[in-house]
Amino acid sequence: MPTQATPQAEPDRVTITLTVNGKPRSLALEPWTTLLDLLREELGLTGTKKGCDHGQCGACTVLLDGRRVNSCLALAVMQDGASVTTIEGLAAADGTLHPMQTAFIEQDAFQCGYCTPGQICSAIALLEEDHAQNPDEIRELMSGNICRCGAYPNIVAAIEQVMASGGEPAP
Amino acid sequence: MTDIRYLAPRTLDEAVGAFAAARGAARILAGGTDLLVQMRAGAVRPGLIVDIKRIAEMTSIEETADGGFRIGAAVSGAVLGEHPRFGQVWPGVLEAVNLIGSTQVQGRASPGGNLCNASPAGDSVPAMIAADAVVTVQGPDGRRQMPVAAVPAGPGRTNLAPGEILVSFTLPPRPRGAGDAYLRMIPRTEMDIAVVGCGVNLTLRDGTCTAARVGLGAVAPTVLLVGEAGKALVGSRLDAAAIEAAAAACRAACRPIDDKRGTIAYRTRIAGVLLKRTVGIAADRAGRA
Repeated sequence: MPTQATPQAEPDRVTITLTVNGKPRSLALEPWTTLLDLLREELGLTGTKKGCDHGQCGACTVLLDGRRVNSCLALAVMQDGASVTTIEGLAAADGTLHPMQTAFIEQDAFQCGYCTPGQICSAIALLEEDHAQNPDEIRELMSGNICRCGAYPNIVAAIEQVMASGGEPAP
Repeated sequence: MTDIRYLAPRTLDEAVGAFAAARGAARILAGGTDLLVQMRAGAVRPGLIVDIKRIAEMTSIEETADGGFRIGAAVSGAVLGEHPRFGQVWPGVLEAVNLIGSTQVQGRASPGGNLCNASPAGDSVPAMIAADAVVTVQGPDGRRQMPVAAVPAGPGRTNLAPGEILVSFTLPPRPRGAGDAYLRMIPRTEMDIAVVGCGVNLTLRDGTCTAARVGLGAVAPTVLLVGEAGKALVGSRLDAAAIEAAAAACRAACRPIDDKRGTIAYRTRIAGVLLKRTVGIAADRAGRA
């Protein structure tokens, strides 16, 4: 019998590796932890917001392997080996904002700001998907992100601004 | 949401073994967009979650040798939409799948989950029924196939036997002149549950309809195959009388509920309206195919 205890995850925990904003992390998780709760409660990345917790409001939108998903509807253990980008991971190392962040500021595309991280992540993926060619299509394809303040016209204007400037691929 | 074990097997045999051994205490996890909401609401409390997305067969799309498609049950709507050929061959099925939730939900949600969730209002189901899709299921006693229409048993219930897992959908090859379409009625344009959903799949030869199937959602405890509606179209040149007869067959098939989304009278009337519009779109596509 080995006398020296080896460090071990608790029996009900599952160990995964996840790249979060470019940094690889090894995490031991309870299986029922959502990606959203992992980001906010365990990693302290509170930029991603919890709105409805039902996949309807889009406040928790993050980029998972480049694709936008509702992090409230994803179990963290499902993402073993994946790469997650949150609002905190969009700016360059020197603090230069992502073009979409800049456009949201320039177009005044928010009031209270609660939905904004989700709106910005969703908008970046929208440009990457390349299905929206006009404001109507932007509205339709952003319909998974709700803004209680009603900043929609300015959100659409911000996205159009980035589209017009040639956009920037999602990180 | 506590005291749940999580398994992500790499093979179907392993998944079926674990799922069957849990004897009803387990739930299958594909995209999770329904399961997580139900768990959070306390509607289901699984002791074990079996994640099927590590199983290659569950997440792949294949064109079969005869020109049909095999879609893994856990393929997400986004991945299906990105397939270079599927949306050209089955535009109606794809538009139905892509109506499930937002783009964010599409990144996870699968047609297999939509079917097994067994909501009478599931958007992909009427289109799959119209397409004459067949599902393959695997359980402790092996594999079997069943038509999509035979899967739902009632709201939230399926006819899958204990321990059985939905593996894939098989869609038949398309003849020349075939077209399909799906329309749903919702009070707004996005992010809502169908008040009525209608899938139509038909084949035209020299302007005459030679085959037609109609699936109708949210008007009965399960999504319906409306055989009489298809029969009313076959042999016709999709003239007004034939389309009205098919619409009448749809209205006659309705056994809807009254709820905040729509009354019995409203849903029944809309079923006929949607049939006419959906036939029009499917026929346009068939004419171009």
